[in-house]
Amino acid sequence: MEVLNIIKPENQVFCKTKLMTDTPLSYCPGCGHGTAHNLTMEVVDEMGIQEDTIGVAPVGCSVLAYDFMNIDMTQAAHGRAPAVATAIARTWPKKYVFTYQGDGDLAAIGTAETIHACNRGENIVIIFINNGIYGMTGGQMAPTTLEGMKSSTSPFGRDIKTMGSPLKMTELVAQLPGTYYVTRQAVHTHKHARKAKKAIRQAFENLKLKKGVSFVEIVSNCNSGWKMTPNDSNEWMVDNMFPYYPLGDIKVNGKLK
Amino acid sequence: MSELKLMKGNEALAEAAIRAGADAYFGYPITPQTELIEYLMNEQPEKRTGMVVLQAESEIAAINMVYGAASTGKKVLTSSSSPGISLKLEGISYLAGAELPAVIVNVVRGGPGLGTIQPSQADYFQSVKGGGHGDYKLYVLAPSSVQEMSDFVEDAFDIAFKYRAPVLILSDGLIGQMMEKVELKPQKQRRTDEELIKECGSWATTGKTKDRERNIITSLDLQSEKMEARVHRLMKKYEQMENEDLRFEKINCDDAEYLIVAYGSSARISQKAVEMARAKGIKVGLLRPITLFPFPKKQLFELTDQVKGVLSVELNAGQMVEDVRLSVEFKVPVEHFGRTGGIIHTPEEILEALEQKIINNGSIKHHKTRESSIL
Repeated sequence: MEVLNIIKPENQVFCKTKLMTDTPLSYCPGCGHGTAHNLTMEVVDEMGIQEDTIGVAPVGCSVLAYDFMNIDMTQAAHGRAPAVATAIARTWPKKYVFTYQGDGDLAAIGTAETIHACNRGENIVIIFINNGIYGMTGGQMAPTTLEGMKSSTSPFGRDIKTMGSPLKMTELVAQLPGTYYVTRQAVHTHKHARKAKKAIRQAFENLKLKKGVSFVEIVSNCNSGWKMTPNDSNEWMVDNMFPYYPLGDIKVNGKLK
Repeated sequence: MSELKLMKGNEALAEAAIRAGADAYFGYPITPQTELIEYLMNEQPEKRTGMVVLQAESEIAAINMVYGAASTGKKVLTSSSSPGISLKLEGISYLAGAELPAVIVNVVRGGPGLGTIQPSQADYFQSVKGGGHGDYKLYVLAPSSVQEMSDFVEDAFDIAFKYRAPVLILSDGLIGQMMEKVELKPQKQRRTDEELIKECGSWATTGKTKDRERNIITSLDLQSEKMEARVHRLMKKYEQMENEDLRFEKINCDDAEYLIVAYGSSARISQKAVEMARAKGIKVGLLRPITLFPFPKKQLFELTDQVKGVLSVELNAGQMVEDVRLSVEFKVPVEHFGRTGGIIHTPEEILEALEQKIINNGSIKHHKTRESSIL
């Protein structure tokens, strides 16, 4: 049978959301960003809110998120996405506004913007990809880098005596009254991806309630930065990242779990 | 309906922003501009016009909020004073790079560093020579009265949207703090979302509709050719600003034998010095650049056929004088006079400097050190 004979609507069981463009992803093969992008766009698609969604891209590996997500997007300066999103949400209160940020962006240079947007209870979704490293600049230590973990700026492993402890941003923002939903997810297996999608959906649904920030951390791998194969990096993530960054909801409906 | 009021410069600007139909203000307190955000908070413009006012956690957050609102086509402004503007410069460079309309107000105080809270014009270089990183310029308006603090807000928004570029209102602690009579313009309606989309829908990130491709706001071009094309596009805008939107004022220039060049509060004080000189029989004129970029280069050069020397009067250690020298192309002597540290020169001091440096010293040398140019 010819391939063209197989590609027919009646045979289709799954297709890529139209909210992902056909631009080839700039991410390394095996990276979790592509899945996280796809899940976010699936949620926007399924909720039918493309016309009312405005995304804010960070600086980092996902700086080009606007090339892949078929929605209106603004690219923010490094770490400032929550401030940019604050203004959009305040001046367009009916829109669904979200930021998509990495750990260097959100937990290092953008700490103030993150904390204060959360503390003000801005009506935005923050999607936070935590892979414990600066990917785009080539694998430097992030605030989230684990103790003893090697990077190009901690070549002998992160020494917490001189470099501080890995920062649990998600637990931190959960303490603030301005966050309504805080959760930590992963996307390395189908099961985890389905759960993550549910969490992203919940976050976007929450925007209708105008109750504050919905914060979704996704613990992800960086096989290039960690210098591992994609499979090894996922196993390493399960063994090392998850014990320090445990998955699950931290705050639901404004209440700590 | 227009309205006559006695107001501080900072307050007049804040009120003018509401009346200009601004959609949002984001700011952070710093002396001597704090009355601006205080006035806005007190006026509750959200109730008057629906304008959003928010006190940010830092000047950095405030300028990035401006970037966010501007990227959706909203009329948005922020204000600060010198050290705060230094913090905003990254965001201002992004606004220029991403080609976004926005208004930034600098009520200048003395520097460098924490400096002083007194008036100064020491941010001239920062304002007209870039300030932030990269190849960009700001359209810079320099008010010299409370009336202009009010009038320039709408003008600044018009320019910002005409060029899709950030515009700076460069004031100082004197104009910001002093009270004068001001005629306020009538309230302009804020644009509805539909009107905004009609005006800015081709570029603003207001939500992708089915009838158009997605809009993207970014200053990033990883391909060098694309980045160069963006820079060329910016340069073309600046050229157009020079051709179409240059503003200046000539006072007593027709028969002038000597010329003072001064902007903002210095121009105000210099005007008195011109009067005093004329009372003594010295024919002095004043050229006041109202826009510092674009700068009235040609107008200044044309005056060199007529005047014997030029004094650049500034509240700084000598900044605009460099542009004055470039403009006159060394055809006539150019000297600088200025006070710093927050001290405001008197008309008497200006006249004395004019007599000593320009009139009595006909053959002015250009090798004078900067120190000796300050009294």
